Amino acid sequence: MSHEDRPLRILVAKPGLDGHDRGAKIIARAFRDAGFEVIYTGLHQTPEMIAEAAVQEDVDAIGLSLLSGAHMTLFPAVIDELRKRELEDVAIFGGGIVPAEDIVELKKLGIREIFTPGAATDTIVAWVRANVPPREA
Amino acid sequence: MSTGKADWLETNYPKQADRLERYTSLSDVEVDPLYSDEDLSGWSYEEKLGHPGQFPFTRGVHASMFRGKLWTMRQFAGFGTAEDTNQRFKFLLAEGQTGLSTAFDMPTLMGYDADHPRALGEVGREGVAVSSLADMEALFADVPLDEVTTSMTVNCTASVLLAMYFAVAERRGIPLTKLGGTIQNDMLKEFIAQKEWISPPEPSVRVVVDMMEFCAKEAPRWHPVSISGYHIREAGSTAAQELAFTLADGIGYVQAAVDRGLDVDSFAPRLSFFFNLHNDFFEEIAKLRAARRMWANTMRERFGAKSPKSLTLRTHCQTAGCSLTAQQPVNNVVRVAIQALAGVLGGTQSLHTNSMDETLALPSEESVLVALRTQQIIAEETGVANFVDPLGGSYAVEALTDKIEAEAADYIRRIDEMGGIIRAIELGFPQKEIAEASYRFQQQLDRGERVMVGVNKYQLETEPPIEIMRIGNDIERKQAERVRARKQARDAAAVKLALGNVRRAASDGSNLMPPILAAVKVECTVGEISDIFRDCFGVYHDPAWI
Repeated sequence: MSHEDRPLRILVAKPGLDGHDRGAKIIARAFRDAGFEVIYTGLHQTPEMIAEAAVQEDVDAIGLSLLSGAHMTLFPAVIDELRKRELEDVAIFGGGIVPAEDIVELKKLGIREIFTPGAATDTIVAWVRANVPPREA
Repeated sequence: MSTGKADWLETNYPKQADRLERYTSLSDVEVDPLYSDEDLSGWSYEEKLGHPGQFPFTRGVHASMFRGKLWTMRQFAGFGTAEDTNQRFKFLLAEGQTGLSTAFDMPTLMGYDADHPRALGEVGREGVAVSSLADMEALFADVPLDEVTTSMTVNCTASVLLAMYFAVAERRGIPLTKLGGTIQNDMLKEFIAQKEWISPPEPSVRVVVDMMEFCAKEAPRWHPVSISGYHIREAGSTAAQELAFTLADGIGYVQAAVDRGLDVDSFAPRLSFFFNLHNDFFEEIAKLRAARRMWANTMRERFGAKSPKSLTLRTHCQTAGCSLTAQQPVNNVVRVAIQALAGVLGGTQSLHTNSMDETLALPSEESVLVALRTQQIIAEETGVANFVDPLGGSYAVEALTDKIEAEAADYIRRIDEMGGIIRAIELGFPQKEIAEASYRFQQQLDRGERVMVGVNKYQLETEPPIEIMRIGNDIERKQAERVRARKQARDAAAVKLALGNVRRAASDGSNLMPPILAAVKVECTVGEISDIFRDCFGVYHDPAWI
């Protein structure tokens, strides 16, 4: 295993204005139960706030949860803010109501994976284990 | 003489033939193999049910129910610009819908104008963008406001949007006394579940009570608050939690209004409710029946209400968005039909049926038409509307009604012991109970102990694509430009004066509705008035419990 030295640190973040946090809270708990260290931003975060939290918390990955339809604006904005802070190696993945053609676009922009309604928590945990290496200190 | 239930279960019931180890409701409540008269021992018809239209209204709030008047078919709609949504409204009315229901976009709901940086990417996406009076006028263009009742789903900015609606009516010469409709305006459930807020609970409730007081005097046909369990359930609660926290919120508003010195019978007849209709058919029917009984008893015993209208729980219902699947979405039509039927058999006054494509996008015109037709088929083909509470007296339904009432009453007792719902929210009690239930359900789903057809059973290798509605990117730019142009064109001195009056009322505790109404008439915006709330009442932050 690539990350047996230390547990992965994952930031679960809610960009934008919508308050649908059921999914974010479930996945945060599932990550914790899987042995990851989880930081949850809470609601109504700007891309800047999320990138700052990623710096402060020194995370390996960010899971973005968004159900307001603003993903094509806010997900790329998070990528930009991370780039400004030289955090290109932080893996970003997302979940929410995202149409299939948007998923293709978001992956081109650097979002590693998008999980849509019906995704099981163990599928998401397994994806993180397989795809998120701990960042170099 | 039949043998007793226990004996029958012991000797006649073939336990070894059971398909499942446990039989539970969607809310994880054990379901008995048999319900009989023994489950209703010591049970009095008058006390528990009463005839329809009679205390405690378990069998329905009206004597003739749907024989007299069908429920209002009210599809929640809103996207893009005011003009886009106005067209959808007209389409729905032309197809036989009997009431309107407005969905606003996230910036409007959270108190930001379309030209605010925080609105970026969100304008017109999850609902219609309304920043100022001009947008509200366009939204209801050619809609006869004195004939159609309108519902508006908005909470922390409800005072502003309601003022705009009233201002549009006044401009058309329609007196407020003729306006019928509902504004959601249930801030307590925002902190519990839907999570759209500006300020902390105490000042938020103060604004709600301002609106209750104002409407009781000026717009007596308007429902100034719709006490909502819908979002509590969508956040993952059980049915009993939905029932309990909704009624606890209702108790919170009534107490706050009584504490202000209002006579309970002056506002209670205009309180309305909003419940979820999830997949578990009998559990949902029991929930609605228990809700009416509990509210009637609460209003009479706790608050001493005397008017029969103060005792009746009148409710809108919506089928459960969270029950829909992105996989094989046409199956959602079936889920919605069954959920809607539960709402009708549960005695709802108004109903929204979800569209099959709502896990993918806002609904297309085709799918919203199927959803409306579903209600019309239930109303006019199935014959169920000929009956008043046809399930009343069923051993199972009555036992379930009693059981969910007991479970909800226990929650309400615990909330009372904490010092009321605002204190319970500050302690995170309902939020944590819901998060637990939600996680437990997800685990059961992931383990396959609960079935979602097409998701964890009966999956298809390849999903056939369906057409969905897309919201164009140009809407945001156009709407932001429109807001900026309106701000340029209006009377700046009048705006300054009006905003000053809102600020003064916010600070001195006088009723906020008159100055807000005056402010929207001179085109003060949602964002500008919300900024006053932020300044005077403070900003609430998510405690971010996991």
